[in-house]
Order: sequence, then structure tokens, then C-alpha cells
Amino acid sequence: MAELEAFRAEAAEWLDANAPQAIRSLRLHAELGGNWGGRHPLWEAPEMETWLRVCADKGWTAPTWPGEYGGGDLSNAEAKVLEQERKRLQLPEPLTGFGLSMIGPTLLRFGSEAQKQEHLPKIVRGEIRWCQGYSEPEAGSDLASLQARAERDGDDFLINGTKVWTSYGDLSDWIFALVRTNSAVKKQAGISFILIDMETPGVSVRPIKLISGKSPFCEAHFENVRVPLANVLGEIDGGWTVAKALLGHERSMIADVFGAGGGARGRRATLAEQAREVLGGTPGEPLPDALLRDRIAQNEMDMKAFHLTLQRSRDAAKAGQQPGSESSIFKVWATEANQRRTELAMQIAGPQALGWEGAGFDEAELDCTRAWLRARGNSIEGGTSEVQLNIIAKHVLGLPD
Amino acid sequence: MQLVLSEDQELLAKTVADFAAEHSPLARFRALRDDADPIGFSKALWREMAELGWVGIPIPEAHGGAELGLAELCVVLEPLGRCLAPEPFLSTVLLGAAALVRGGTEQQQAAWLPRVAAGEAFLALAHQEPRSRYDLQRIETRAERDGDGWRISGEKIQVLDGIVADALIVAARTSGDAADAAGITLFLVPADAGGLEVERQHRVDERGAALVTLAGVAVDAAAIVGAEGQGARLLQGVVDAATVGLCAEMLGSMQECFDRTLAYLKAREQFGVPIGSFQALKHRAAEIYIQIELARSCVMAAARAVDAGDDEAPRLVSLTKARCSDAAILVTNEGVQMHGGIGMTDEHDIGFFLKRARAAAQTFGDADFHRARWAGLGGY
Ligand SMILES: Cc1cc2nc3c(=O)[nH]c(=O)nc-3n(C[C@H](O)[C@H](O)[C@H](O)COP(=O)(O)OP(=O)(O)OC[C@H]3O[C@@H](n4cnc5c(N)ncnc54)[C@H](O)[C@@H]3O)c2cc1C
Repeated sequence: MAELEAFRAEAAEWLDANAPQAIRSLRLHAELGGNWGGRHPLWEAPEMETWLRVCADKGWTAPTWPGEYGGGDLSNAEAKVLEQERKRLQLPEPLTGFGLSMIGPTLLRFGSEAQKQEHLPKIVRGEIRWCQGYSEPEAGSDLASLQARAERDGDDFLINGTKVWTSYGDLSDWIFALVRTNSAVKKQAGISFILIDMETPGVSVRPIKLISGKSPFCEAHFENVRVPLANVLGEIDGGWTVAKALLGHERSMIADVFGAGGGARGRRATLAEQAREVLGGTPGEPLPDALLRDRIAQNEMDMKAFHLTLQRSRDAAKAGQQPGSESSIFKVWATEANQRRTELAMQIAGPQALGWEGAGFDEAELDCTRAWLRARGNSIEGGTSEVQLNIIAKHVLGLPD
Repeated sequence: MQLVLSEDQELLAKTVADFAAEHSPLARFRALRDDADPIGFSKALWREMAELGWVGIPIPEAHGGAELGLAELCVVLEPLGRCLAPEPFLSTVLLGAAALVRGGTEQQQAAWLPRVAAGEAFLALAHQEPRSRYDLQRIETRAERDGDGWRISGEKIQVLDGIVADALIVAARTSGDAADAAGITLFLVPADAGGLEVERQHRVDERGAALVTLAGVAVDAAAIVGAEGQGARLLQGVVDAATVGLCAEMLGSMQECFDRTLAYLKAREQFGVPIGSFQALKHRAAEIYIQIELARSCVMAAARAVDAGDDEAPRLVSLTKARCSDAAILVTNEGVQMHGGIGMTDEHDIGFFLKRARAAAQTFGDADFHRARWAGLGGY
């Protein structure tokens, strides 16, 4: 404990000494939402680039990863303290994205030494941005029925097929994709997990607009795309195991992000603060609208109970216990609580929630509208709520098919 | 009160549905949006609707209308809601013309109603303000006496179709404080009046709306609609009836959203079977069906009660708006969810229903507001 507190002091001091002034309490843009890195990075402020660089040098963009791949070698407990201190100082994350949250942890577990050496340091430094090529037009919830094909040609695979709803496909440099390498076996047994540089000839990407207006996901086409066999992660035909492990990371990442209070990682007013601003009344006294007050309390309690369950799971893991079945509820609960939160924010904003752009609506109000629309996707992306509930019913509760 | 359509009403419903299918597929709504159409609807189509007699439904025969009721208007609005037709029924007919029908002088009616019925003139009601939320009496815009006339100053928000209106009916305070019921007066203000500024607003549902600023706009005494200081009741009556019209439209759009979702449940296959075969979705579809049926009964009853001037009308209006708001949000949330990824795309139409539903739910009071009003009117 004393050691951890010593680390807290050390972390706080380092953060305070190294974070550029300009990024402190920076209000992140709702659509951009922080540093995503990549070959063509977008910076919310020039100092965000400095922030990424100093953190990457220290290994603190991926604090728990091994130092040999550029990580910080911190324990989970230390990483949590670091996170707390960063938030306390109101500093944005130095780096975010699917590299850190999804493919990185999967590489650490399944990657060959060469694959780890090649990809992990670039993720840590924000040099390569990753996207996820799982879903296809005919394979969503029934992911294992995917049709994109990889055929052997010497030391390469030739890949043909279409992926959809590929978030940030147009801004990413590499894609981790599921492809069919064997059609003669049970559908799950013929899938490989492969890493593809999006600059390879034959890859084309078309952005698709979301109902919230901007943030595009994409349709990605692969036409005779040549990829070395060495880019397969795990065994050839053994991709389903890798895919499921990654989904675990994806779902806990989604739960984390939305459980923390919204897709945009910037500081956003709490429902109570928003209600106080809209409805008035005396600070410290009950809000003038008892019904909304009750609904806000309900939502805060939903979130708090979620966080406590998350903590219980993590504490058990730290204590060396096997992960319990409670983790299956994170994704569905956190995303749906987030949907209820954004709907409640709409209700609180009232007529001012109905803006799309332009005159008569301020930025916070427009953010509220867009965030509500974007949140409708939370119960779809990363496996729909229905699929999550099926998993709980079947694998946790043992209910018959 | 008979909760059934008469033969004439059935026929009208069918005519409108056919017309909507031919002239107003959802692609038209999409095109108006994509082209950033400056007014957001078609004046030509509006004139056709007027020629068919729909625009004049609630307008007295003496002024070129059909002198029918809200029940008939709802029959027209439901199919138009199905295709999200953006034509200005709500603003020009249900709010603007209705205010003149209920409270206008003979002279005001003669000047405007025939032109409205003919599809030539547009009206809007400017009542909502930055701080009014859903409270119709919370009005800070002031009208001060100026000789025989008045000078009006204030700010109005989300004035539906304010950008095309030839005249606005402005709710202003001629006495009292911001939240008083007494002291509100409605004024008929021509759009070209000096000191009146109208700026287009863009809403999530694409319905035309405007910010209206009045900087000492001068009107004469004859501009008052209804009685001086007595505008609150008139305004409440107009908005109540318009709320029912909005609910009829909501009913149409939730029905359409549900029909599309049902069709998708039957067509989309995963795991080798139609997704509609999964009980998790089946039961929810059945639940939606129940909610829509309940909403339909409420819309019919509220329209008839308003037409009859029934004492119960205000409560039925609140019942209807509360149920339609909740049902519309449920149906459209489920519509997107059951479509999966494609439902989140702007290219797919289902999201339009989600946006329309939310905007309608938060117009003229949301479900919470109307449940509270229901309780208040019930004496508890
Ligand atoms: C914002 C967003 C971002 C995304 N980003 C990515 C990405 O980066 N990469 C990627 O690969 N994919 C991505 N996806 C795709 C996402 O994973 C799929 O949309 C999701 O898995 C559902 O598949 P589907 O869209 O084909 O819907 P379908 O599987 O067709 O589902 C339609 C409806 O049927 C229900 N359903 C299906 N099967 C069952 C069942 N057995 N029981 C009960 N109900 C069922 C679903 O829950 C849903 O309500 C994204 C999606 C969204 C919305």
C-alpha cells in the first residue's frame, strides 16, 4: 500500500511536470475524441502531439505492457493509480484507439515474437492506427458465417471479400480481419485472423455516414489483396479463438468507455449539472423537477452499481481469482445505461435538444443531440445486446438452446 | 363518441394514402434534406393538397374551407406522418389558422383564411421562448402600448415554419410577470413588419423552424387576436388541438417504422433463419403492436373530444400525447436496434423515424409533462 502511494506521488509529479499547459482540461471534440495516432494523425491541439510523445517515451501510453515492446511495465494496480492521477489533473488520455484496446492485448497473448516486435512498439507510439474487419453484410450477429476468402498462393494469401461497419476504416493504416481459409469444415473451424496493411493494392474503403451525422464507419473491399502468411495471428484456421479473445477486450473496452460517461472522452457535464443549469433552483437544494431528479438518481445508481461490479471483478482478478461470470454483464449493462443517460440528457434539454446545427443551439446542446444518436449504436456494435443476453443465458445460466 | 372512421373518413384516408405513396415517398424527404432545400418542403405539393381540400379542413366554409373537424384532419395527418411529409400542416393549419378560427376577428379571418385554404398563404405561431420549455404561460416577450397600437419586443425560438410564414401569431405579455396566466395577448404580425427578424433553424427532424426576434415591432390595435390579456386560454386551446394533430402524425410514422421493421424481421437472416423467428425479438414486436393500438385509440378519442368541445378533452389530449411520445420512442428505438448495424447508417431510412419521433415527443410537452398535467387536471 505504501509503495502504491509512493507511486501515486511519483506519477502525479511526473504528469504535472510533463503535461503541456494547453492540454489541461482541454475539451475534446465530440467527433474526434482524443489522440488516435496513425500515419495521418489529427491533433485537437498541437500540444497533443507533444503529450503523446512524452508519454510514449515513458511507456505510459500502454502502462501495463512489457517494456521490451515500449510499454510501462506497471502492475494493474499502478496503472489504475496512474489513471486516477491523470483524471484528477484533468489531462486527456495521451493515446486511444483499437491498437491499444483491442489488437495490442490480443497480440500480446497470441502473437509470435516477430509479430509483437513489429506491431506493438508502433501501437505504443501511436504510429499505426488499427481498425477491425469482422462484420460483413451477411455476417453480423452470426459472425462465424463470414464469407471473405483467403486463398493460398505460395507464401501469401490472396484475399477477396467485403467488410462493413468498419469503424474509422478510412482513417486507419492496418486492419485486423477475419477471413475464411477453409470452407470444408464447420464454419467456426475454417476462419483465420489476419493482419493487413490498408495500403496494400486491392484494398478500397468507402465511408458510410452514421445517423449522428459525421463519424463515419466504412465499407472495405478486398480484391486480390496479397498478404504474407506470416501475418496470420495464431494458427491458420484457428482464428475463431483469437477472434473471441479480442471480442472480450472489445466488449470490456466499450463497457469502460460508456460506463465512464459517454463516447466522447472529454469532460462533459453530469446530468445533475445539466439539469441544474436548465432547470435552475438553489445549488445544494433539490432540483425543482422531482421526477427528473428521480430519473437522474436512477441513472447515476445504474452507473455506480456497474462501476462497483467492474471493480469487484478487477479486485478478484488481482487477488488471483479466475474471472467470474459477472464480466458477461458489463457490455450490455454499460451500453444500455449510457443510452438511457443520453436519452435523459435529451429530456432534460427539452426543446433545446432538438437542434442539428446552426442558429439557436449552443455547442453543448448540439453535442447532446449527436451523442444521443451515436449512443443508439452502443447496443449494436461489438455484439448486440440480444447476442450478449444470449451468451449470458446460454453460457452463464446454462439454459438450453 | 364513436371510435370508428365513417365511410367518408375511410375514403379520405385512402385518398391521402394513395397521394402520399405517389407524391411523397421517403426519397423526397431525403432529397429535400440532401439538397438543403431553403424551406424544406414543396409549395407546389402544398397547393395540390389545398386543391384536394385538405388544407382547408378546419377552416369555415364562409372562408373557403370545408368546416370539418380535427377528426378529419387526423385522418389526413396520419398517412402524411407515415411518409414524414414536411408540408406545413402543423404550423399553418393546426397552429396559425386554428388561432384565427378560434380567436380571430371577422376581418382577420377574411384576410387570411381563404388564402390559407387555397394553399397561397402560410402562417406560424410564435409562442415558445428560450426559457419557456413546455410552459405556454411562460412568456417574456412584451407588448407595450404605443398610441393606439402596440410595440412588441422579445425573442421566440423554434417557430415552426417561421421562415415561410406570411404572418406570425405572436404571444406577448401585455401585463403581468413572466409566468402569469393573465396578461398574455396574441398578435397577428405580418412577416414584413419592421423590426421583425426571422432566421432559419435546423432541427434534428428537419422540420422547418426559425428564431424570431422582435425589436419594437409596431402593430395597430386591430392586430390583437382574441381578447387583450386573455390569450392564455386561446393559446392553450390551439396548442391542445395541434397536439392531437401532431399525435396523429406520430401515429402514422410509428406505424410505418414498425411496418418496415416487421418486414426486416421477416427478410433478414442470421444463423440460417429469419431474425424474426427469435423469441427475444418476437415478443418485443408484439409489445410494440400493443402500444401502437393503444395509441391509436387515444388519438381517435382525443380528436373527437376536441371537436365536441368535451370537458374531458384536455385530459384526453394529455393522455394521447404521453402515450404517443412513449410509444414513438419505443418503436423507433427498437426499429434501429432490430435493424442492427445498417439501422445506424444515414443511408438507411429507419433513422429518420427515430429523429422525427424524438422531436415530436419533445414538442408541446413530453410524456412526463403530460402525465403531470393529467394528474393536475384530475385534481391530484
Ligand atoms: C457504430 C457501429 C460501429 C461498428 N464498428 C464495427 C467495426 O469497427 N468492425 C466490425 O467488424 N464491425 C463493426 N460494427 C458491426 C457490429 O458488430 C454489427 O452491426 C453487429 O454485430 C450486428 O450485426 P448486424 O448489423 O449484421 O445485425 P444482425 O445480426 O442482422 O442483427 C439484426 C437484429 O437481430 C438481432 N439478432 C440477431 N441474432 C439474434 C439472435 N440469435 N437472437 C436474438 N436476436 C438476434 C440483433 O440483435 C439485431 O437486433 C459496428 C456497428 C456499429 C453500429
